[in-house]
Amino acid sequence: MSDAQPVRFVAKNMRVDLTLIAGMVAPRARVLDIGCGDGTLIDYLFRTKQCDARGIEIDMAEVTQAVTHGLPVMQGDADSDLANYPDSAFDYVILSRTLQAVEKPREVLRQMLRISTFAIVSFPNFGHWSLRLQLLFGGKMPMTRAWHRMWYETPNIHPCTIRDFFALCEADGYKVVEWLAADEDGKKAPWRKYATLANFFGEQGLFLLRKV
Amino acid sequence: MDQSPIFSEVPHQSVRFDDGLTLDCGRHLNKLTVAYRTYGSLNAARSNAVLICHALTGDQYVAEPHPITGKPGWWEAIVGPGRPVDTDKYFVVCANVLGGCMGSTGPRSPHDERPDEPWGVEFPPVTIADMVRAQKKLVDYLGIARLFAVVGGSMGGMQTLAWAALYPQSVFAAVPVAAASYHSAQNIAFHEIGRQAIAADPFFYGGRYWAEGVIPARGLAVARMTAHITYVSEAALTRKFGRKLQGASDLLIGDRFEVESYLEHQGSSFVRRFDANSYLTITRAMDLFDLAADYGGNLADAFAGTPTRFLLVSFSSDWLFPTAQSRAIAKALNHVAANVSFVEIASDKGHDAFLLDEPDFHRTLNGFLIGCAEHAGLDR
Repeated sequence: MSDAQPVRFVAKNMRVDLTLIAGMVAPRARVLDIGCGDGTLIDYLFRTKQCDARGIEIDMAEVTQAVTHGLPVMQGDADSDLANYPDSAFDYVILSRTLQAVEKPREVLRQMLRISTFAIVSFPNFGHWSLRLQLLFGGKMPMTRAWHRMWYETPNIHPCTIRDFFALCEADGYKVVEWLAADEDGKKAPWRKYATLANFFGEQGLFLLRKV
Repeated sequence: MDQSPIFSEVPHQSVRFDDGLTLDCGRHLNKLTVAYRTYGSLNAARSNAVLICHALTGDQYVAEPHPITGKPGWWEAIVGPGRPVDTDKYFVVCANVLGGCMGSTGPRSPHDERPDEPWGVEFPPVTIADMVRAQKKLVDYLGIARLFAVVGGSMGGMQTLAWAALYPQSVFAAVPVAAASYHSAQNIAFHEIGRQAIAADPFFYGGRYWAEGVIPARGLAVARMTAHITYVSEAALTRKFGRKLQGASDLLIGDRFEVESYLEHQGSSFVRRFDANSYLTITRAMDLFDLAADYGGNLADAFAGTPTRFLLVSFSSDWLFPTAQSRAIAKALNHVAANVSFVEIASDKGHDAFLLDEPDFHRTLNGFLIGCAEHAGLDR
């Protein structure tokens, strides 16, 4: 996708945290992947864990690609369409590297934990040391692999840090069942379990939540 | 074959049900004939049947030359060997709808009380659900307990939705294309123009034109011309015809715009193969369609607990059955946590796009059916 095209969500490589996310999902679970792209993750969950996995994707070209591969994906918008689902329709709802790009992250999270027992959320960590240093010494909006667009055209309108996310979970009463920080290639980081360190060294955060 | 001898017609493959059919309007047809065609072969498990539902002016000749016009089957791009609905893999069934004029019971069939004349305008009003119930009898007759898929565009999409609502256990996958869960006021309005044109034709004779040995060709042609405009987009008409004149460079007296002669052709070729009373019956059935109304006004209730896998397809330039209609169906299916795929295909060809060469649509349908075949265990 060229930089000239308007984009809603960050382009993402599903393979990066695919195995990490899949590792959190129980076999044969009902799964909804929000912002599923071409459906790589739902295909993986069906083939390796026999999950009833479905997807929502905003980009029609990606949707067509996914359905062409026989995957149950519908065009839709995380901000508006989760409200259509009944309570507890799924075991897991996944929001991979999309939270920072939705209009109402808090409402999306609330909907996720309404329609599902568990929510799996991953996002690029704005608290990473390289972003902090760029802002501190350069005085300009930081640019990294995950945050690679200028401030005036980035789809990432709600950046947050791992600590910010912990705070939101506490405020809204979500239990963090499992969490980890990882680098951009999806490798688990050794500083997991130490939130302050993870917030400094982790390029992305991955959370498994449920309602308290 | 259920046709009054008054109409000299080509024979159609059909099955007759002597127990008839009770209609939504409360009346009972003593005899029911369903004309149909099949392609491919039914497997031993009887699990590979795909039912194709045709649109308003379609018929059962999906994938073979039409017996009257000689033109290729209306969905040969979709149905055939190696096509998205692959007849090497699936057993494809298509029936002429109840109320039609290609061999199934309709206004041309012998009247229940006066068998030596056709029903004509006395044919009872039928609904999309009635059409589906007639198809269900055919499917039962063919020994198929569960259809692998039901696929249909436009009015065929309405039937597909009705199938999924009426017989959820008998439909593994449903593909309503360019469809809607109800006929809008605008759609009804266009149909009414067509019906008025037919009624105003001096050869209509109150619907008893068959007794006079004539057909209301002019009225039926105008109905078709009006409808045809609703099937295409402004962009497609502009691309095809623009303001081009036929046979002259100036608009002199007697000259015509190309779009005019195109419409004229659409109208005149239609009257050779379609019965005016059938057109009245079927357009009314479409107008009556409101699936939510049958379920207390809540469309989601039509699909409560559905096991069916859905693929909804709309076309971006379709203003007769716009994408918003498919999205509303998707929303209702989400309400019951149904398994639903939904794509809008970018096309400037309007409603007719579902019949035309749209590679993205064909690939999507193909992939969806392959995915469903895997889930249904068809390949094992």
